Amino acid sequence: MNNILNQIGIENYIFLSVILFCIGVFGVLYRRNAIIVFMSIEIMLNAVNLLFVAFSTYHQDAQGQVFVFFSMAVAAAEVAVGLAILVSVFRNMGTIDVGNLKNLKG
Amino acid sequence: MDTRLVLVLLLAPFLGFLFNVFLGKKVGKNIVGIVGTLSVVVSFAVTLYFFLQINQTKQAIAINLFDWISIQRFNISFGFLLDQLSLIWLLFVTGIGSLIHLYSISYMHEDEKMHSFFAYLNLFIFFMITLVIGSNLLVMFIGWEGVGLCSYLLIGFWYKKQDFNDAAKKAFIMNRIGDLGFLIGIFIVGSLFNTLDFTTIKTVITSTSNSNDFWIAAAAFALFIGASGKSAQIPLYTWLPDAMAGPTPVSALIHAATMVTAGIFMITRLNFLFDMAPSVQNIIAIVGAITALVAATIALVQNDIKKVLAYSTVSQLGLMFLALGLGAYEIAVFHVITHAFFKACLFLGSGSVIHGLHGEQDMRKMGGLKKAMPITFITMLIAVLAISGIFPLAGFWSKDEILMTAFNENKALWVISSIASIMTAFYMFRLIYLTFFNSFRGTEEQKHHLHESPSLITSPLIILAILSFFGGIISLPGHSWLNEYLAPLFSKEVHAAHSLGSTEYILMAVATIGALIGIAIAYKKYLKDNTIPSEDAEIKGVLKVLYNKYYVDEAYDAIFVKPINVLSGFFRDSVETTLSALVFGLGKVTNEFAFQGKKLHNGSVGLYLFAFVICVCALLTYLFLQ
Repeated sequence: MNNILNQIGIENYIFLSVILFCIGVFGVLYRRNAIIVFMSIEIMLNAVNLLFVAFSTYHQDAQGQVFVFFSMAVAAAEVAVGLAILVSVFRNMGTIDVGNLKNLKG
Repeated sequence: MDTRLVLVLLLAPFLGFLFNVFLGKKVGKNIVGIVGTLSVVVSFAVTLYFFLQINQTKQAIAINLFDWISIQRFNISFGFLLDQLSLIWLLFVTGIGSLIHLYSISYMHEDEKMHSFFAYLNLFIFFMITLVIGSNLLVMFIGWEGVGLCSYLLIGFWYKKQDFNDAAKKAFIMNRIGDLGFLIGIFIVGSLFNTLDFTTIKTVITSTSNSNDFWIAAAAFALFIGASGKSAQIPLYTWLPDAMAGPTPVSALIHAATMVTAGIFMITRLNFLFDMAPSVQNIIAIVGAITALVAATIALVQNDIKKVLAYSTVSQLGLMFLALGLGAYEIAVFHVITHAFFKACLFLGSGSVIHGLHGEQDMRKMGGLKKAMPITFITMLIAVLAISGIFPLAGFWSKDEILMTAFNENKALWVISSIASIMTAFYMFRLIYLTFFNSFRGTEEQKHHLHESPSLITSPLIILAILSFFGGIISLPGHSWLNEYLAPLFSKEVHAAHSLGSTEYILMAVATIGALIGIAIAYKKYLKDNTIPSEDAEIKGVLKVLYNKYYVDEAYDAIFVKPINVLSGFFRDSVETTLSALVFGLGKVTNEFAFQGKKLHNGSVGLYLFAFVICVCALLTYLFLQ
């Protein structure tokens, strides 16, 4: 394992993770299709997971990897709920364009 | 048995009130009148029973319904005291009350709110009975306030006219000033004696030598202020003439015969207290005499028939206060009774005239009614002779007693009250001549409709005229039934009924001659020369001052009302505006913030997310920089 890390270098993992996270953030901010927004959120989540795993190897500590399992399990549950919400939004509004979801207006 | 009867006496008018309030509109005018009148007649019958009983046994009846307020050593019970004083008062309150109810059936028959009129009258009688039979100051105070309320309601009975509303408010406010005095008096008495019960106070005050002279005098003075408000004495008299805005039966019942004598009743009830404060008694006597004179001078030039009678009432009440101040309580009571007879008769008579003329009250537009309204004329003439003090009518005896007492005690007061009496004779005959003699001065249409009032109106007049004629026999000089009857009330030796010496005969002759002079002047001026009082604009000089009532209303307006208005205007415009600007400003600022914040909540998920990311970035930057 350390070989891989030595070959590539921890800083590259960090860069990749930051890039993925930023892609996720911009995806959330700029795209209007709710499913893509959702996918962007997943990308952010996975960017963080990646960082966890990388540091776990770097520090020779399994805790980070265990935490990622939990994080993925929660993410799976969240996806189920989120998609269900999207389906019901679509049924009610006929669209999943985030720009049109203005019912929260105070 | 007694308790039940007292409750019947008290509650009969109250039931009448309830009936007329809730069912009066449905059952029709005749039943309203009958129920209203009967409820008072029941009270009168019970009173008569008690009166006959006490006249034999001479034992006062004290009834304690329940303990009302009980704080440590301070106890007030809700009780009634039927002694000689309260029973004789009840007798003419319910008696004259019944007659006036009877009269009102016909007088108010055209009025659409007849049921509420009778309801108020019944309520008034209820409160008046409470006032009279209360066994302590607090129960009396309930009645005191209640009659004030009814007076207010009845003065403003025709509330569609703003003048009448103003008169009602004036009466109420003037009375409030007096009531404050009464309340302060109650407080002082309560703290001095630890009780408000009349009999207990009497025992305490007569058995122990009191070192609290100052506070007793203070209590007496405060109570006197209360009495002067209710009984229209200087300086609180101005409400009574304005109170004539109410229907005439109200003027007769409340503002002549019963309610305005409440002050005299209270002072007589507390005679033992006032006896301990000679300085206050002097004030009472002086105030009474001056009121009698001032009101009489104003009455000389008034042209409204009811205004003349109103000022005459104030003047007569002044005479009663004079008697009270001189310590001659039984004479004051005597004059209250005779005055109730003849003044009620006069007011009802004037009501009959006003009724006949369809609401005309100005004597300049009357005249010559003698033929058209013979019964009204004769009854009013008897009452006028009585009030003028002509032998042997009721007023002669009572007024003469007051003058004699004044003569014995203080010559200056005697002169003042004698002048007031002469003026009384003059203005009362002026009223008679202007109203009933010479030719009719109203419109042709009124002349065509002139008629004698129906028998429901004339029969109370006849009864009251008879009482005004013979009322004097209850207290004749030499043998006074009234003095003996009232004797148990007074701690000090009652003035022995004036024995008839030469001084007394001379005084009687002087009084009678004075009255005759007054009548003669009125005869010369208004009957022979047929002078008609000039129009308002033409009145000049002293007469103008009198006609405008010494400008007292204007003075009060300038001294009290205007400054208070200015002050409240200041508070409204400056203080309240500032305060409300502060409070409202705070609200406005909060509102503005909220309004701006609301714009953020535009429902766009994108914006929310954007804000979220920006904030997280800012937070991270902050933590990083730290």
